[in-house]
Amino acid sequence: MRRVRTAAAPYLLALPAWIWFGVFFVVPIAAMASVSLTTGNLLEGFQQTFSFSNYADAIGQYHTQMIRSLVYGGVATVIMLLLAYPMAYWIAFKGGRRKSMYLFLLLLPFFVSFVLRTISWGFLLADDGILFGPLKSAGLLPADFHVLATEFAVIGGLVYNFLPFMVLPIYVALERVDPRVIEAAYDLYASRWAAFRRVVLPLSLPGVFAGVLMTFVPATADPVNARVLGGTGNTMIGNIIQTEYLTNNDYPTASALSFTLMAVLLVGIFVYARSLGTENVLEAAAR
Amino acid sequence: MHDPRTSPAFLRGMTQSRSVNRRDVFRLAGLSAAGLALSACGVQGQQKAAPKPSEVADFWAGKQKNGKVVFANWPEYMPEGREPLKKFQQETGIAFEYLEVIDENASFFGKSEPQLRAGQPLGYDIIVMTNGTQFAKMQALGYLVGLDHKQLPNFAANAAPKYKSPAYDPNNTYSIPYTSGMTGIAYNTKYVKDPIKSIQALFDPKYKGKVGMMADSQEIANFGLLALGVAPEQATKADWQKAADLLNKQREDGIVRKYYDQDYIDAVSKGDVWLTMGWSGDVFQRQLAGEPVAFVVPEEGGTIWTDNMMIPKGAANPVDALMLMDYLYKPEIAAELTEYIQFVTPVPAVKELLSTKAAGLSGEDKEALEAMIESPLIFPSEADYAKLHGYISPVQAADQQAFESLFQAVTQG
Repeated sequence: MRRVRTAAAPYLLALPAWIWFGVFFVVPIAAMASVSLTTGNLLEGFQQTFSFSNYADAIGQYHTQMIRSLVYGGVATVIMLLLAYPMAYWIAFKGGRRKSMYLFLLLLPFFVSFVLRTISWGFLLADDGILFGPLKSAGLLPADFHVLATEFAVIGGLVYNFLPFMVLPIYVALERVDPRVIEAAYDLYASRWAAFRRVVLPLSLPGVFAGVLMTFVPATADPVNARVLGGTGNTMIGNIIQTEYLTNNDYPTASALSFTLMAVLLVGIFVYARSLGTENVLEAAAR
Repeated sequence: MHDPRTSPAFLRGMTQSRSVNRRDVFRLAGLSAAGLALSACGVQGQQKAAPKPSEVADFWAGKQKNGKVVFANWPEYMPEGREPLKKFQQETGIAFEYLEVIDENASFFGKSEPQLRAGQPLGYDIIVMTNGTQFAKMQALGYLVGLDHKQLPNFAANAAPKYKSPAYDPNNTYSIPYTSGMTGIAYNTKYVKDPIKSIQALFDPKYKGKVGMMADSQEIANFGLLALGVAPEQATKADWQKAADLLNKQREDGIVRKYYDQDYIDAVSKGDVWLTMGWSGDVFQRQLAGEPVAFVVPEEGGTIWTDNMMIPKGAANPVDALMLMDYLYKPEIAAELTEYIQFVTPVPAVKELLSTKAAGLSGEDKEALEAMIESPLIFPSEADYAKLHGYISPVQAADQQAFESLFQAVTQG
């Protein structure tokens, strides 16, 4: 009896997580998959017709915005990586006693709502605002120069909003690097660069992987930055899904687009995992 | 109460436009609930014809006052102290719960639709929606309770004729107006020196990259049609296509900087755009705050929208809801509301009541109130009304899809 109880314990303990997963992930996903294969409209109802052409139609209509989102998400992720790695490195190895303060500073903007932070960028980057106004009156910028309502503003907003999600996992990975390993590299006559390239960098790759995962996916799907900072040609797929769902009540198209986005992101992540030499994505992310 | 610009009575009411106050907030809870409610095996169509008078009578027969009412409204649509509702409670003994839960028609409808479809009550006895697409869908889907006009004597006595039996809700079958406002052109007087008169200014290459348009399909379609000289409420599908072509050209020529939601007002007051489609109340508020913005209803016409009170299907306290809706049509109560929210009231007697009140005041309070009474944005003249058009409401599902895909292709390219 006692043995049985012991054997079942891990499963019982995991039960809440499984229920959570089932109710809030499996059921909605299944419902969404079902809805994505219906046809009809709100007034006459949606019938389950297993209409796979919904996917073709949705992609045909919105592939521009889908590709644009992947490009914006990808560019933003690369910029974030270039910014975040030195930051994380510096905090992990040079932060000393103030490490936790630096991390706190990094997270400080998160005490303000996401939408509000994005709107503040609109204020800073206004055409005649506190940044560009003086530069323009000094003649350093042409009068019609603007950043808002361009792709630079959208990508900049994505970088700003998601940067901490890149810094933190890299920081955690670097923080765990045993200083003695680096000392050993120096003892074996490694130059500083060689020690970094052959010891520190490989050890930090799981952090980089997790960081990319945590930024690329939400940045690609994000509707807020394009809405607040973008212009006429910067609509992202997140905006389209939002409109299809809430304004048009075209549930099949919205669901089909969500699934397509999910599939594209998953494929991208697996390709990326392979190219990084990580056999098992989950293993890398969990490390 | 000193400087009219900081007078709370003036400022509070004008902070938000009622028409389509979009916020870029994903309402995940609502979305996942909707996903669950849709579940497998398709979704039944619910389309219903308008109820016969006998059906309405049957619904109300035997319904009793319950002593409680839940009112769901938009932000800044009721004085902070809720005085009109408190008076209602004193006079009728009906307790009220007032919730500011509606800030956008589309998302409110998007969230509520699955619940209403499933036959679950929303938990509100009165809701307020603009006379646009979503209101039309609420009617077509049978999600609203037919009103018993025998219980609405103040509405019958005090509402202006043009607010009775509107095209979007003949005979006020489902709704009575709460307040109205206008869509016109807002411009920044620091950059635009010649006063804007015509809607063509929005299409003028002179303002290339400095023009804002609205992201909402209905708003932008209205202005495309008005620019063509077509009254939106009479537009044919061929007109829609022409309007979309015109708007696409405006976009491709680089004239439009961005398709805005509520954030247009910041953009125009900062000068990111010099002129833009705008809502009357927002601009009035910015003027009072000393910002260089002006509002004009273009000579080709603008649009007038109305936010309407209605009772959703499944409301627990319909009789109490009807009593409150009618109570708000008492002129003295309507005057109190108008003074606070400062959009267009459906009760004409308010103007005289406020004039009488202004006569009894002095100094800046008096000036502020008089400015309000004089404002064509709050009390439009017949000539102003003549330039204002209703909304297009393509009720048929097929029309709706065609309409949205035409105009969303403009704003979401």
